[in-house]
Amino acid sequence: MKFLKLVISNFRRKIIRTVLTILSILVAFILFAYLAAIRQSLSQGIDVAGADRLVVRHKVSIIQMLPGSYEADIEQIPGVADATFSNWFGGIYQEPKNFFPQFAVNPEEYLAMYPEFLLSDEEKEAWFSTRTGAVIGRNTAERFGWEVGDKVPIQGTAWTRKGGQRTWDFDIVGIYDGAEQGTDTTQFLFQYAYFDEARSFGRGLVGWYIVRVDDPDDAVRIATAIDDTFANSPAETKAETEGAFVQGFADQIGNIGAIIQAILVMVFFTILLVAGNTMAQSVRERTGELAVLKAVGFTGSHVLVMVLLEAMAIAGVGGFLGLGVGWLMISRGDPTGGLLPIFFLPTKDIIMGVICVIALGLVTGFLPALQAGRLRIADALREL
Amino acid sequence: MSVNDNGTLVKVDAATKYFKRGSEEIHVLEQLDMQVPEGEFLALMGPSGSGKSTLLNLIGGLDRPTTGSVTVAGERIDRLSRKKLAAWRARHVGLVFQFYNLLPVLTAERNVELPLLLTHLSRAERKTHVDAALDAVGLSHRKTHYPKTLSGGEQQRVGIARGIVSDPTLLLADEPTGDLDRKSGDEVLDLLKALNKDHNKTIIMVTHDPHAALRSTRTLYLNEGKLSTEPTE
Repeated sequence: MKFLKLVISNFRRKIIRTVLTILSILVAFILFAYLAAIRQSLSQGIDVAGADRLVVRHKVSIIQMLPGSYEADIEQIPGVADATFSNWFGGIYQEPKNFFPQFAVNPEEYLAMYPEFLLSDEEKEAWFSTRTGAVIGRNTAERFGWEVGDKVPIQGTAWTRKGGQRTWDFDIVGIYDGAEQGTDTTQFLFQYAYFDEARSFGRGLVGWYIVRVDDPDDAVRIATAIDDTFANSPAETKAETEGAFVQGFADQIGNIGAIIQAILVMVFFTILLVAGNTMAQSVRERTGELAVLKAVGFTGSHVLVMVLLEAMAIAGVGGFLGLGVGWLMISRGDPTGGLLPIFFLPTKDIIMGVICVIALGLVTGFLPALQAGRLRIADALREL
Repeated sequence: MSVNDNGTLVKVDAATKYFKRGSEEIHVLEQLDMQVPEGEFLALMGPSGSGKSTLLNLIGGLDRPTTGSVTVAGERIDRLSRKKLAAWRARHVGLVFQFYNLLPVLTAERNVELPLLLTHLSRAERKTHVDAALDAVGLSHRKTHYPKTLSGGEQQRVGIARGIVSDPTLLLADEPTGDLDRKSGDEVLDLLKALNKDHNKTIIMVTHDPHAALRSTRTLYLNEGKLSTEPTE
């Protein structure tokens, strides 16, 4: 403790330099937190994808639709426990920036397929029995201030109603929560029956199927069996695990994980140079003072630890503040208005951030501390 | 503290010190012998580069002789490990520098407290020692001031307080008045003289100034690595 005061007093030496160094580390760790949250957001679908779920889409593209009759055929394949479908809607609320995922589904089957979407029994009943009923995730409800009982008009960007109208009216009958932190609570789910009956084209077609298998280890065989079933038909399929399906989406804009990791490495390398240079300069400027400390009896180890503590303190203040500020900013939710629906700083990245803070302090302080510890008193005093 | 039979506190025996500067070897001290009795106020004089500060560093355990030995209070300090030597310095040596060498980020009292941080004294005990040392140099009223707000003479008195706060066996002063005007220098010399006379503190002072050397009880002259009792031309 008595040495800690001595370490802290050194921060007053060049207060502007100390503050600027701390700020640069703080900004780097805010960036770290944001990049970690973005990476998490983009890979979240992969992480939470059900190991026992397959996605079956048109072999050519996800945009191509599949016949609604496939569901019964899929359910006949040995090893398939259950199947349902989903249809992308792609509407907006009031203006284009208010975009969020909307899907036309079979309510009973969909909720059975996704038990991580939590609704009360009353809300389920209301949805099953209301043709224009829609349930929304908590995130989207809070974003637009929607409550159960609200009537919400959604503008279809791809789907029009018979007669050409683009406006589809829905009644909010439930707000679902996620069973886990990473569950997507931005979705807007509504009755396929209402959608299919009212749409101007594509009747009887669905976007893709979701299939639950009895044994995840049997997923590859079942996927092949599904594709074989519809081989040489007008709408051939491509079945894959839900994780691979989501990964395919993420990969459309490149290997996000590698890109973010590369950015982080560059950021930390830069900050390493900045903080390392500051520490080295600080020790160089104090050569005489360090020599005096050793002259009055401080050992090389004392001086080494003090310099190291100083580097750790600078890295700690900047790093932990940066992580804290980053966490607070991220906790406010998706900054893009819908592109990153699941946006949070995962615990594993907080732990990684803490490790990086400690490593930064150790690495930037090590060489100057070693230099200070090895300082020869007589030589240093001669240079004063 | 252990002093040998004839009262010698410091004994330098056949000490030589060489420095390497590039390929050149510089001989600073040559087979130097010296004895300093306990309670003496010794002035070391000599021209620049004569090895005065080097000899002081050897006696204070800040450096080691290339050959020969240095014994202080019965202990061969040239044989101590770095760690033991640091502990020995903390316990036995008080240092006063020409340019005071106070830490600018610490107040006067915190600067004086530095050597005590290495002891097991409690905070309250450290404060008592610091107050006593600052009182001894007449700077109790300036203890919360930072070095930059003190005059040169005051800074040097803080330096002396730091040197005596742990009640060392030996006080070593390297040109303590070298950076001060005559008045401030006299005050510092009076203080050193009082420490020697009233507290029987053994002091070795390096100086260029014959006026300063007059305050000592004995003066030795160092020239070309050799000691003598008379100044050399």
